[in-house]
Amino acid sequence: MTGDPLYIDGVDLTDLGIMAVKVLVAFTFLLVATMFMVWFERKLISDMQNRIGPNVAGPWGLLQTFADGVKFFFKEDLRPENADPLVFRLAPYISAVTAFLSFAVVPIGGSFGGGSSGTVTIFGRETFLQVADPPIGILLLLAMSSIAVYGVMLAGWASGSKYPLIGSVRASAQAISYEAALGMATVVVVILAGTLSTHGIVAAQSGGFSRWFLVSSGIVPFIVFLIAATAELNRPPFDLVEAEQELVGGFHTEYSSIRFALFFLAEFMNVITMSAIMVTLFFGGPAGPIFFGMTWFWPTVWFLLKVLAFLFVFVWFRATLPRLRYDQLMHLGWKLLIPLILFWLMFISLKELRATHDWNWLATYGAAFIALAVGASLLIAGLRAGDRAYQKELEDV
Amino acid sequence: MVDTLVFIVAAAICLTGALGVILARNPVHSALMLVMTLFGIAVLFVAQEAHFLAAVQVIVYAGAIVVLFLFVIMLLGVDRAQNLELSILPIQRWAALVFATGSLILLVGLIMVVNEPVTGAEAMGGAASGDENVRLLARSLFSDYVYAFELTSLLLVIAVIGAVVLARKPKEIQGAVVEELGDN
Repeated sequence: MTGDPLYIDGVDLTDLGIMAVKVLVAFTFLLVATMFMVWFERKLISDMQNRIGPNVAGPWGLLQTFADGVKFFFKEDLRPENADPLVFRLAPYISAVTAFLSFAVVPIGGSFGGGSSGTVTIFGRETFLQVADPPIGILLLLAMSSIAVYGVMLAGWASGSKYPLIGSVRASAQAISYEAALGMATVVVVILAGTLSTHGIVAAQSGGFSRWFLVSSGIVPFIVFLIAATAELNRPPFDLVEAEQELVGGFHTEYSSIRFALFFLAEFMNVITMSAIMVTLFFGGPAGPIFFGMTWFWPTVWFLLKVLAFLFVFVWFRATLPRLRYDQLMHLGWKLLIPLILFWLMFISLKELRATHDWNWLATYGAAFIALAVGASLLIAGLRAGDRAYQKELEDV
Repeated sequence: MVDTLVFIVAAAICLTGALGVILARNPVHSALMLVMTLFGIAVLFVAQEAHFLAAVQVIVYAGAIVVLFLFVIMLLGVDRAQNLELSILPIQRWAALVFATGSLILLVGLIMVVNEPVTGAEAMGGAASGDENVRLLARSLFSDYVYAFELTSLLLVIAVIGAVVLARKPKEIQGAVVEELGDN
């Protein structure tokens, strides 16, 4: 069975109503979660740095983000003289819309395993607890993250100012570089699950901890995904895009008022979405023990707890790790992560092939090892030859 | 009904984008219009149940290739209106006109001769679900069209190596850099 069972027997008014409620709930959830994420980050980082952090607006400063948001609304909306008027206005919306859309494919609840297929019943209709389950599933997320680059890139260019432009050029180069590693880590999961649909990926992980793709893919794809995701999010230690010491504020230097708020919103929303995606891909999504037979309640709780753990990790990174230099960033992305995940991708594919065709263990891995050895020695020989030619060229001059 | 409506809207978006690409004075605006066209085409793919192609259209073309265009435009600082009177081969405009008219006639002729409905055709993966769609695509790509596929990738590799070779600095400049480093 593929697709949401809600639409199988035609669509009537109740179905449309359920759909609208789902969209509304996801939208509100993301907004509220973003609000508390900003507070959470500020509070946590101040704890880690021995400061107090926001503590005036509301209990424990909980309403700080709300106050900031209201302030943004009433600020003057400036547009630099050199700015490209249309693109300058368009860019924040691209960022915000893609941030919202990515979350649509994340399953946020529903009990999987034990015969049930992750559906819940609302108003007598069975449905998935996710806004949409398109056939391309996880590819939608990759598409959205590649479109999100436009928001940052255009913002920097349209500002008609040098620091934003440098920031946006850095951002696009970084995003393109790490998208490859991110995509291939996702492919490993897709191969193991045998489906692109996020619902299918979660269903394939049901039935205990050992079936989570964190374990069954070997831990490598998860680590690569985590690093690449941090880079995609432009979070520290990969925040060269808005390195304050070098670029003022990076791509959003010239933005003010509500347009800046949209960028800010998109950035934190993306952190939440990425955490949710990691939970979906590697940590079984809403999987977890269910108490008292409340099958509609516990999965969502587990899901939220896992996402919270990742949010903590992202803040932790920020407090712990110094920013990478630009060449280190490119080195890590192209020379370490991509070869590593490429190798792992081939290894996992081979493993799956062997399992389906029931090939001999020794013959399969022996052949693979020989092929790898030959390939590696050719590569090393090629590199050496290139190096020698280069040295010779240097001596000739 | 809905299919026709989707087709009309998507086609209008595609055409507006395509016109924008050639009419916009600013190269960055042209590139953005190209993105709009690519999105319209992705919608048309979805309308014909080719979900995977639609996703790839957005990820590869809109997400990587046009971003690269923009990257180059921004880095080289050519993001201003260009003077079209300069540096053009004398017959270039006439040749462009002839080729454009020729391909238009070819296209219209093809549509009239083939006599198939313009929309509503099913993609390879057709009625199949999303995953089956991918499977069928992969199977035909790596069986029937494997030579075409491999040759295309070979071509791309050659293009990359060519670009690297062309972009390498000539020896004199490299020498100057080495000397400069030596001085320090």
